[in-house]
Amino acid sequence: MIPDFGTPDSKRKLAIICSKGNLDMAYPGLVLANAALGEGIETHLFFTFWGFDMITRSRMGELKFTMLGNTATHMPQGLGGLPGMTALATHQMRKQIAAIGVPDVPEFLEQIVASGGHLWACRMSADMMHIDENDLYEAVEGIISATDFIEKTEGAQLLFI
Amino acid sequence: MTITTVGDYQLHVDGEGFLTEYDEWDEAVGEKLANQIDITMTDAHWKAIRFLREDFVEQGETATLRRVSTIGGIPIKELFELFPGKPAKKMAYIAGLPKPRGCV
Repeated sequence: MIPDFGTPDSKRKLAIICSKGNLDMAYPGLVLANAALGEGIETHLFFTFWGFDMITRSRMGELKFTMLGNTATHMPQGLGGLPGMTALATHQMRKQIAAIGVPDVPEFLEQIVASGGHLWACRMSADMMHIDENDLYEAVEGIISATDFIEKTEGAQLLFI
Repeated sequence: MTITTVGDYQLHVDGEGFLTEYDEWDEAVGEKLANQIDITMTDAHWKAIRFLREDFVEQGETATLRRVSTIGGIPIKELFELFPGKPAKKMAYIAGLPKPRGCV
């Protein structure tokens, strides 16, 4: 009895759209992309709108977490708006993430690229925010349009975050 | 839990085929397991497997791919080259350990 390690030409493909820029919402896409790559699945990450912060050189290491609008923090909403609360909440979240051995966003992206993952940036977001390749993490393969994305992800399972 | 035959060895395995008894393994068994999944062991392969075995004793669980890279000192890219497709699972299998449960 041998475990099933899949066939080398397996066609499974995964595309994850990362549209959020808060620290907590950066992780689901990264964790799932990493897991898929570890199973030999061709994986593409497409960054759009606020997700651009995850691949913008000047911002990717500085993502923040706010309690505002997120009732699952179980804290009174009024607290979230007080000066310093976003910094505190961000600090706490980073500590919790590091405590379980999960890397920060830049390092995680590095691991995903080393594992064969593909990173793409959304053309429309780039135009809107006046951002070009020079502003982006060097491993991003290109700034592509919605049509390009649809072509690239033929047959792929899609995840919108 | 079942017993499977690998070459001359009788090994306890779980439902998927991963070894369940730490002490039933030695490097000769590892070599045979690697052959079963078309991997030819080199020093680079053994470095990863040996790390996994030692780390398992210390941590009580199989290291994730990331841990093999950061603590074991083997770059991720190289691990994908040595154990193509599903590196973490292949390494665990060859090392006679359960597949890793960690997420990253």
